Amino acid sequence: METANVEDIKKHVRVYITVFAALMALTMITVAVSYLHLKIVAAVTVAIFIATVKGSLVASYFMHLISEKKMIYATLILTAIFLAALMALPLFAHSDIITYHHVP
Amino acid sequence: MQIPYTVMARPDTGVYNAKAGIWLFLASEVMLFGALFTSYILLRVGAPTWPHGYEELNVPLATLNTAILITSSVTMVMSWASLMMKNFKRYKLFMALTILCGLIFLIVKGFEYEHKFAAGHFPSTSNFFAVYFTLTGLHGLHVIGGMIVNAYLWGPGSKMWKTDPQRFTNRVEVAGLYWHFVDLVWIFLFPSLYLL
Repeated sequence: METANVEDIKKHVRVYITVFAALMALTMITVAVSYLHLKIVAAVTVAIFIATVKGSLVASYFMHLISEKKMIYATLILTAIFLAALMALPLFAHSDIITYHHVP
Repeated sequence: MQIPYTVMARPDTGVYNAKAGIWLFLASEVMLFGALFTSYILLRVGAPTWPHGYEELNVPLATLNTAILITSSVTMVMSWASLMMKNFKRYKLFMALTILCGLIFLIVKGFEYEHKFAAGHFPSTSNFFAVYFTLTGLHGLHVIGGMIVNAYLWGPGSKMWKTDPQRFTNRVEVAGLYWHFVDLVWIFLFPSLYLL
């Protein structure tokens, strides 16, 4: 991105506006869906799916992850692995019937 | 002393040092918010009953704040794009709008908190409100931190544009990466806390 010229940046600006419109539309959709009062599993699935799409748009275009260097991707992959482990450990502990129900 | 690789990419990483640094910092931020999200999930699935966010919190105000923060992300990236196009005046305008959006976000959040306190809802009221105040409070502190950096880059820090424009542009890009991350966190906080 450091080497982008003015014409490239003008193209980027058009993409930023499109992404902005998409983010606003997705926000309205996620709020509208919440008023349907779906069952919790369906509600969580829809809400997290839309949030993930919105987050991906922000990360890909505003944070330029769509065209970054290997070092940045490597850092993020490592972070994702550690985040997954962080989230999995207590959830495994919670779903372990023996330890969970015998903790005083 | 000359700080190396403030403008040019370092050969082994492929990016200038500040960009490598901010991504490592953001990785630590992912773990911080990840730990709090995990705590929230555990508390919620382990509780016999848990209120729906839309029953306890103000969804229209939070929706407004979501729109404000998304707008601020666009103005932030536009401020960087303006510098890339050598348009300093537009940079100043978009950066000022970004700071303004951050301020409006905090004011709206302040109204929300005030309403909660008036209704007798504090972090000690329940696990739901403990999670709500912890997550939104920490996020709010991040917004304040970003605004301080952005205000510096809008004001005294912008003098660098005259002496070292590429380095200044890189500084704005790095501040933008942080700001977009704060927006990204809110994108997940909003449905998790308010809509479920």
